[in-house]
Amino acid sequence: MQIDLRTVAIEPQRNAFDHLVRRFGDKPASRYQEGSYDIQAAENLHYRPTWDPDQALYDERITRIVMKDWYALKDPRQFYYSTYTLTRARQQDTTEANFAFVESRGLAAMMVPDLAATALKVLMPLRHAAWGANQNNTFICGYGYATVFTQPCMYHAMDNLGIAQYLSRLGLLLGDTEALEEGKRAWLNDAAWQPLRRYVEDCMVVRDPFELFVAQNVALDGLLYPLVYGRVVDDDFSVKGGSAVAMLTQFMTDWFDETRKWVDAVLKVVAAESDDNRTQLRQWIADWNCRAAAAMVPVIEIALGVEADEAVAEQVEAFKARIRKTGIDL
Amino acid sequence: MDMKATKKKLGMKERYRALTRDLGWEPSYQDKDAIFPYASYEGIKVHDWDKWEDPFRLTMDAYWKYQAEKERKFYAIIDAHAQNNGHLNITDARYLSALKIFLQAISPGEYAAHKGFARAGREFPGVGTQVACQMQAIDELRHAQTQIHAMSNYNRYYDGFHAFADARDRIWYTSVARSFFDDAMSAGPFEFMIAIGFSFEYVLTNLLFVPFMSGAAYNGDMATVTFGFSAQSDEARHMTLGLECIKFMLEQDPDNLPIVQAWIDKWFWRGFRVLGLVSTMMDYMLPKRVMSWREAWDIYGVENGGALFKDLARYGIRPPKGWDDAEKAIDHMSHQFMLGLYQWSFGTSFHSWIPSDEDMDWLSAKYPDTFDKYYRPRWAHIRKLKAAGTPFKNYGLARLCQCCQLPSVFTEPDDPTLTCHRETVYKGEKYQFCSDGCMDIFNNEPEKYIQSWLPMPALFSELGGDVGAWMNWVSLRDGVDNGDYDGSTDQQHFNEWRGLATSNL
Ligand SMILES: [Fe+2]
Ligand SMILES: [Fe+2]
Ligand SMILES: [Zn+2]
Repeated sequence: MQIDLRTVAIEPQRNAFDHLVRRFGDKPASRYQEGSYDIQAAENLHYRPTWDPDQALYDERITRIVMKDWYALKDPRQFYYSTYTLTRARQQDTTEANFAFVESRGLAAMMVPDLAATALKVLMPLRHAAWGANQNNTFICGYGYATVFTQPCMYHAMDNLGIAQYLSRLGLLLGDTEALEEGKRAWLNDAAWQPLRRYVEDCMVVRDPFELFVAQNVALDGLLYPLVYGRVVDDDFSVKGGSAVAMLTQFMTDWFDETRKWVDAVLKVVAAESDDNRTQLRQWIADWNCRAAAAMVPVIEIALGVEADEAVAEQVEAFKARIRKTGIDL
Repeated sequence: MDMKATKKKLGMKERYRALTRDLGWEPSYQDKDAIFPYASYEGIKVHDWDKWEDPFRLTMDAYWKYQAEKERKFYAIIDAHAQNNGHLNITDARYLSALKIFLQAISPGEYAAHKGFARAGREFPGVGTQVACQMQAIDELRHAQTQIHAMSNYNRYYDGFHAFADARDRIWYTSVARSFFDDAMSAGPFEFMIAIGFSFEYVLTNLLFVPFMSGAAYNGDMATVTFGFSAQSDEARHMTLGLECIKFMLEQDPDNLPIVQAWIDKWFWRGFRVLGLVSTMMDYMLPKRVMSWREAWDIYGVENGGALFKDLARYGIRPPKGWDDAEKAIDHMSHQFMLGLYQWSFGTSFHSWIPSDEDMDWLSAKYPDTFDKYYRPRWAHIRKLKAAGTPFKNYGLARLCQCCQLPSVFTEPDDPTLTCHRETVYKGEKYQFCSDGCMDIFNNEPEKYIQSWLPMPALFSELGGDVGAWMNWVSLRDGVDNGDYDGSTDQQHFNEWRGLATSNL
C-alpha cells in the first residue's frame, strides 16, 4: 500500500535501543554501535557445548586475558558489514586495475627473469601462510567474546583468504600453475619454509582466542607484512625493476597499514585494563615474536641473501617500538 | 615475448581450485586431530574431503564487489525510508507486532548462525567446506546487522522494540528460538550443519522469509522488504550449502545414514516448533494478509519439502519422523498459539488483540474444518469478557516444554479437544513436553535437555513470582509495550501521525 504522505514533523519517542542508551547515553546511536554492541547472547544460555562441556557457549574464560567488559575493544575503523565490504570493494577496484595494467602492458614479461623467479619463490608459499591466518582469525571470531572484538576477526579472516587468492592470481600471471605447485612443494619441504610452517601449524592448536590473536595478528603479521611487502617487494624488487610485483601486492601493503591500527587499539585497551593482562601480553608477544623473527630470516634470505639477518633485526626493533606505544614494554 | 600465449587456460573449476582448495596442506608439525579436534566425535565418517563439491565458486574479489553493491542499495532505501517517515506507510501499527517478535527472536538467531558458522568454518578439515561456511558466517552477521538497522527507525517511534537485547536473553517466548540456536551451536559441526544448513535454511527459511517478506510488502513495510530481498541471494547460497553438506555426509560412508536421519528427525521437529511463532504472525498479525499459514505450508512445506525428500530418498533418507504430526497440526497451531499469546499478553513485549469479525470470517474461510468448530467460540467468549470489562488474563504459570520451550497449548494430533501433554522421569526428576516429537528429542539426549533454561520457573525461583520485578528484569514497560493493541500508545500514535500526514490542514 502506498499512500501520499505530507511531510510532517513527528517527535521520536526515543533515541536508541535501551542497551545503547545504557552504554552511550540518551542520544541517537551510530550504525556501528547498533550492529556491534550487546548483540551476542550473554545470559541464560541453554546447554553446555557437547564438544567441550567445560566451556559455555559464549565464554569469556577460555582466554587468560580478563576484561571487565569485552565490549571495550572498539574497532577504530568502526567496521560493520556494510562499511567493511564497501571499503574492500573499492580496494578491489584498484587491485583489478593494477592487475589489468600489468597484464595489458606485459610488465610481467619485461621483468628480469631472475627477479620474477625470486618473486615467485618468496610469494608463492605465502599463499599457505595466508590460509593459516584465515584459519586462525576464523577461530578467534568463532570462539572470542563480544562482537566488537570478534567481528573484525571475521573480516580479517576473509581478508586473509582474499590475500591468499591475490597471491594465487599473481602466481598464475607471473608463472603458471607450476608456480603454485612449486610454491606448495617448497612450503611443505624446503628448509627455508619449515620454521614458518611450524609456526603456523603450532598456532592452529592454540585454543586461547586472545593468545592466537597475538601469535597471528600481532607477532607474525607484524613482521611478515613489513618485511615481505615493504622491505622486499616495495624496496628491493622495485629498485631492481620489479615494480610490477609491487603493483600486484599493493593491497597487502595498504591492508597492513589499515589493520595494524585496529590491532594496536585492541592491544592498548587490553594492556591498560590490568597489570595481569599487560604481563600476559608481554610474555606472549615476546615469545611469539622471537619465534616469528627466527622463522622470517630464511624466508627473507631468499630475496635479500646475507642482508636478511639485518633486515629482520631492524624490523624487530621497529616492531618493539610499535608495541611499546600500546603500553607494553618489550 | 607474449607470455600469455604459453599459459594454460584454466576452467572455472580449476581456477577456483587454485584459488581456494589448493591453499590447504597436510600438516606435519601438529597432529591433524589436534588441529581439528571436533571432527570425529559425532561418529560421522569422512574418507575423502576432496570429494566435497563446492556448492558455489565465489572468490573474495567477487564477493566484496557483489555484496557491496547490495549494501549500497539497501542503505540508500532504508535511509530514505527513515527520512520520509516511511513507517506511516504501513497498513496499521498492529503489523509491528510481527516485526517486534522478529527483532527479539529471529535476528539474534542470525547472529548465533554467524558464530556457529565461524566455528564450523574452522573445525571442518576440508578447505572447500571451510570456505563455504566462512562465507555464510559473514553473511549471517550481515543479516543480523541489516535487520537491526532496518528496524532501528521503528524503535524511535513505536514501543516494544527498545529492549530487544534484554528480551533475547530473558523473556519467555524468545527462548523458543534461542534454545533452537543454542541447541545447534552446542552440537558438533556436522549436526550443526543439519540444524542450520538443513532445518533452518531449508525447512524454515522459505516458510519464514517468503511469507514474512510478502507480508511486509502487502503491509507497506519497505524497510523489511528491503532487507528480505537483499538477503535472498545469500540465502540461495546457504540452502545449496546445507544440501551439499547432507549429500556429502551420505555419500562418504553408509554408516552415516542412521546418524543423519536421526538429526533430520530431530531438527525437523525443532524447526517446526519454531514455526509456531510464524504461523501466528501470518494468520493473525498481518492487517493485510498474504496467504494463510495452511497455504504457505502446502507450498513451501509439502511441495518443496516433498521434492527435497524425494531427492534424498536415493540415499536411503525417509521423510522426518514428525512429518505426519506436523501435517495434523497445521490447521490448529496458529489459533492455539494466538489464544495463548492473548491470554499472556501482559508478559509480551508486543501487542496482541481479539480478531475482528472480518478477521474471523477470513480465518473460517481459510480453515473451514477447524476455525468455526474450535476457535471462533473461544474468541467469542474472550470478546464477551472484554466487553463486560473483565478481560481475560492468565497470570498463571505457563507450563513450558522442556525441549522446544513453547507453552503447552497444542492439542493431541488426533484429538483437537485434548491438550497434548507428555511427561518423562529422568534421574528422579519429572520433565514435561508439548508433544511426542519433543519428548523423543529429550529421550535421545537427556543430559543435554535437563540443562534447558526455562524462563517461567526462573520467574518463580529467582523473582519469587513478583510480576513487576520480572517486568523490570526483562525491560518490559507495563501498560506500554504489552497488552491489547486496542487502546495502546502505538495505536494512538499511529492514528494521530497518520492523520497529520494525510489530512489537508
Ligand atoms: Fe540469515
Ligand atoms: Fe542464511
Ligand atoms: Zn515441545
